[in-house]
Amino acid sequence: MKDKKKILAGLAVFIAAITFPFWYNMGKAAPAPEVELTAKAKAAKVCVMPTSYMQANHMQLLDVWRHNVTRNGERAFVNADGKLFTMSLSNTCLDCHSNKAQFCDRCHNYASVRPYCWDCHIDNPKGE
Amino acid sequence: MNNSRRRFLQIAGVSALGLGAKPVLNAFAAGGGEGPGYHVARGEDALDAKQWAMVIDTRKFHSSADLEPIIEACNTVHNIPTAIENKNHEIKWIWEAHYHNAFTDKTNNFLNEEVEHRPFPLLCNHCENPPCVRACPTQATFKRERDGIVLMDFHRCIGCRFCMAACPFGARSFNFRDPRPFIRETNNKFPTRMKGVVEKCNFCAERLAVGQMPACVEASNGALAFGDLYDEHSEVRELLKENYTIRRKQTLGTEPSVYYIV
Repeated sequence: MKDKKKILAGLAVFIAAITFPFWYNMGKAAPAPEVELTAKAKAAKVCVMPTSYMQANHMQLLDVWRHNVTRNGERAFVNADGKLFTMSLSNTCLDCHSNKAQFCDRCHNYASVRPYCWDCHIDNPKGE
Repeated sequence: MNNSRRRFLQIAGVSALGLGAKPVLNAFAAGGGEGPGYHVARGEDALDAKQWAMVIDTRKFHSSADLEPIIEACNTVHNIPTAIENKNHEIKWIWEAHYHNAFTDKTNNFLNEEVEHRPFPLLCNHCENPPCVRACPTQATFKRERDGIVLMDFHRCIGCRFCMAACPFGARSFNFRDPRPFIRETNNKFPTRMKGVVEKCNFCAERLAVGQMPACVEASNGALAFGDLYDEHSEVRELLKENYTIRRKQTLGTEPSVYYIV
């Protein structure tokens, strides 16, 4: 170990360099996004499922919807309260949540997920 | 014998582990059609059939103008990008064809001229034995057990185009480019497609689900009839009983569900 000093110095520089982003951003964590509800969504008060369930599981629920609509031709969704909804992203979800930029995108951008729903489904179908 | 106490204990231990793992696996396997407190069902107005079929009375078509409203109705309802100029990139669900292209195996030398020059509307035949379904590697296209519609799940389509090669009727189109800029009038109630997926006629599954007849049938002034092929008293069966009909490339054995009265 003739070059002990050089190696240790190099290691120190290396570790400092790769951990730089963590030091640089320390204490500056991006705040969790606030989603905005449209007037219609606020008036409805409840979504198809409880809010906490929707926050955590809306992707799984959409997957169930998609599967049942295309594969089984079943389009009616009855929630725990016995309320009936049509399983349609464009016509049911987006009917209330017509503000994609303030509702969907805020969380998706924060979580760095890029769902491709909108390549086909028309956001804001009512054109508000 | 090697079946010592030691061996017995080993087996007992592994078995206990297996039994203990069962509830864990169950927890992972949970989640499917039924979730916390909800259930899914068929809509009240939905129309049912064992196998949907169409009978097209071509005697009512004399020129392209007779087909135009029918094709237009489909294009508008399903957001078909009709403004694509490149013929190779064309998207079509229902289109007009000449007798020779429609019925390639029924071209005698001296045909009835009136029939030969009629415009024939072509669309996906929703075969009872669909070759496209067998070709699809992702099951994006499938034959729906419930009503016999050959349907596509665009979410799953990877754009390999095997189905296009398999379909003997040319009923499938590929989105070589983003279709959105080429849609003349967008129907907001129906999704568009994206670049890289195959599409075709869906027998208006979305309209049947809410108790409506397909858009082309509604726009046809009675030239197109739609109903259950296996219901003896359905409109299509009555028409098939009373009229001589032909089907496209019947000899291939795909059993098309679209019949033409000539």
